[in-house]
Amino acid sequence: MTTLPTRSGLAELSAQGRLGLAWHALPWVLAFVVFYMAEGYLSLWTNALIMILLTLSLDLALGYAGIVTLGQAAFFGFGAYAAGLFAIHVHNDPLIGLVTATALSGLFGFVTGILILHTQGVTLLMLTLAVAGLLAEWANRAYEITGGDDGLQGVRMGPVLGLFRFDLYGKTAYLYSLAVLFVWFVVVWRIIVSPFGRSLDGIRQNPARMRAIGTPVWWRLVAIYTISAAMAGTAGALSAQTTRFVGLTTLSVLVSGTALVMLMLGGTRRIYGAFLGATVYVIVQDYAAKVNPFYWMFFIGALLMATVLFLEGGLMDLGATVRKYWRRAPVKKP
Amino acid sequence: MSSFITVLLDGLAYGMVLFIISVGLTVTMGLMRITNVAHGGFAMVGGYLAAMMIRAGVPFFPAAILASVAAGLVGGAVEMTVLRPLYRKGELAQVLLTFGLTFVFIAGLTLLFGTNSQAVPLPDYLSGSVHIGFRDYPAYRLFLIATGLVLAVFLWLVVDRSLYGAKLRAAVDNPRIARAVGINVNRLFTGTFIAGCGLAGFGGVVGAELLMLEPFYALKYLVVFLVVVVVGGLGNFKGSFVAALAIGIIDTAGKFFFPNISAYFFFSLVFVLLLWRPNGLMPAKSAA
Amino acid sequence: MTATPALSVSGLSKNFGALAVAQSIDLDLVPGARMGLIGPNGAGKTTFVNLLTGMLRPDAGSISLGGEPIDRLKPEDRVRRGLARTHQINTLLNETSVCENVAIAIAERDRIAWRTLRFGPQWRACLDEAQDRLRQIGIAEVADRRVSELPYGQQRLLEIAIALALKPRVLLLDEPAAGVPSAESHVIHDVLEQLPADIAILIIEHDMDVVFRFAREITVLVQGRILTRGEPAVIAANPEVRAVYLGRSVV
Repeated sequence: MTTLPTRSGLAELSAQGRLGLAWHALPWVLAFVVFYMAEGYLSLWTNALIMILLTLSLDLALGYAGIVTLGQAAFFGFGAYAAGLFAIHVHNDPLIGLVTATALSGLFGFVTGILILHTQGVTLLMLTLAVAGLLAEWANRAYEITGGDDGLQGVRMGPVLGLFRFDLYGKTAYLYSLAVLFVWFVVVWRIIVSPFGRSLDGIRQNPARMRAIGTPVWWRLVAIYTISAAMAGTAGALSAQTTRFVGLTTLSVLVSGTALVMLMLGGTRRIYGAFLGATVYVIVQDYAAKVNPFYWMFFIGALLMATVLFLEGGLMDLGATVRKYWRRAPVKKP
Repeated sequence: MSSFITVLLDGLAYGMVLFIISVGLTVTMGLMRITNVAHGGFAMVGGYLAAMMIRAGVPFFPAAILASVAAGLVGGAVEMTVLRPLYRKGELAQVLLTFGLTFVFIAGLTLLFGTNSQAVPLPDYLSGSVHIGFRDYPAYRLFLIATGLVLAVFLWLVVDRSLYGAKLRAAVDNPRIARAVGINVNRLFTGTFIAGCGLAGFGGVVGAELLMLEPFYALKYLVVFLVVVVVGGLGNFKGSFVAALAIGIIDTAGKFFFPNISAYFFFSLVFVLLLWRPNGLMPAKSAA
Repeated sequence: MTATPALSVSGLSKNFGALAVAQSIDLDLVPGARMGLIGPNGAGKTTFVNLLTGMLRPDAGSISLGGEPIDRLKPEDRVRRGLARTHQINTLLNETSVCENVAIAIAERDRIAWRTLRFGPQWRACLDEAQDRLRQIGIAEVADRRVSELPYGQQRLLEIAIALALKPRVLLLDEPAAGVPSAESHVIHDVLEQLPADIAILIIEHDMDVVFRFAREITVLVQGRILTRGEPAVIAANPEVRAVYLGRSVV
């Protein structure tokens, strides 16, 4: 009898030997290939990197810990406004701004997490929506601070580390985002292969079981929600710093939805799923949205439905799913 | 004093619209335990179709009825094709699929009808105003209140007094036992879902003056519809009615008396309420 | 014996509306106790377990573990102080491997979930210990399988293995043989026989065969009250107990 791999991303991460290492290096090598090949399109690819980060943050909260949220935009937007305002009013150093925005977003996630993670199901879903809604309303009203509908303009950034100026071609922005993504990637990697990560996986599957072995379920959820919020905040901050603009749309439910789509498309609980899903999404969107954004939206909606119905593991599982359908055997649900 | 009554009436009218649209959602979430975030889409379908028909010369009421029927049929098709496979899947799959469905509704309707907001012109006899003792009041809003009341009484009679209602209540209380005593829960649900979507479509038409029909309608008002259902208690019809009216009045009062902070007011209220009573004001077990 | 009881319950009461589901229950378990809790359906056995584990709040009474009151603690904190349980219905991590199900419990017991954020030697040690524990209970050969692929009986054993991995002072076995065909219940019984001698065990079980072979003392619960308690032979001979079970054969 064969053993099914446990779909926790561990299989990929513990791949041993040279082949395993080459596999792990692939995304980062590709990132450099893009850097040299995609001149003129670097802002698009920078956006892809930011979206990967946002998707990865959602994977932690939703994929691993099972916190069904439609409010990830709250943290993305929070981080974006925090970084933008910091640059305008406090200091224009990108790294200090990034760390500040990340910490503040984490704090925001911690506070809201403490409040809302007692609940579950639809109630939790609504509360995540309400948090994002409240924040969006504030950003809309507080015109003097946020620029309201017009967005936050005049974000000017100093050079990264005092050395690398943000150039017109977006080279600095791209490498800067890539470096930040890599740092977070290592953190995520460590989390999901740690006993902490295993306990989150357990909480998603069966909170009652975890309580029965003494896991402080609520605190673990608050912890991962905080980390996830900080990470989404970093993504927002990167977006503010590299585009020098923060719009109200960073807080909209569409951002949360987009992150969900990218995550599902790539595959949840597969650390590279976020990479694949977000990249495919951003690139295809760039072509499709030029035609008519609503065609794109239609396509994305249909794709999301199809993914749920037919491709539960996302693109990362495409091969396995196709093989299973080919053999006319029902796809084994995890 | 008169401004209080005006706010109360405005709030009631708004609450009735929320009730008409949301009552179907309470069934989806309470009876089949499906977390459905696409419900606003059916209201949108109804509203858009009615707007189109009225532009083409169909009178208001026939257009409203036809559009509701169409919304119900779309609902039935959706239920039978994409919602059914979801019953045994987890909450996440349900949220994702219905979220995708919302995108499809929004994009599909916009591709067909354009990005402009859709006006549903009122017939002459509803667009005037009526003298109600101390002031003139829009006939349209009185019509909404009356329609909501009539529908609420009708639904109450159906749910509380008919055999269909008895089956429905049994199924909401405990789907497993209902199945065990021979109630065809799936067929019951399909029928109820069609009715619920039809009502949502109707609400989308008659409520178009209050909830403007625009491309992002289904997402914009999603929170409000969900709040009605969750605050009222999943699967609780009376709860939805009370919650819809309460939210309508509170939100309207907030906008009138504290125009600058009304949206915070609404979200904060929802926030506090759900933290205080995560299962709503009237959890479904006690009443149906 | 004058040793501090491992678990001490006194005056525990709980009402659901007008229905008294636990009426002033007193119960002491000394270290190493093998206590059986029996009673007809609706006697309040499950309620009693839920009160002990903290899933329900008692209206009155106190519970202490090794002399320390635990009434106000949350369920997970009671577990951390040494009160483990198995569930009547399998409550396992179905997508996770058998070995990891145990290893996660070990990580919680050793409180290393917070201390390490990496795939280090500590987690390796958890997996090794888990492997040993699976061997002891006789299911080492399925260690790498997903729980959902396991036959039902082995899942029951895994429930016990996880609870044991917590090294509890007190173990509540909630119908460990539930759903296991009586022809196979001897496997469960063999495992129960080998449980560490120093753990105080309270077993709730419908399978009278299992209870009467395993328990050294039996408490009979009827309508939320303790009817009687005593050695298995005495309980089996008790006419009151026989009357309660109404013709149902008690051994």
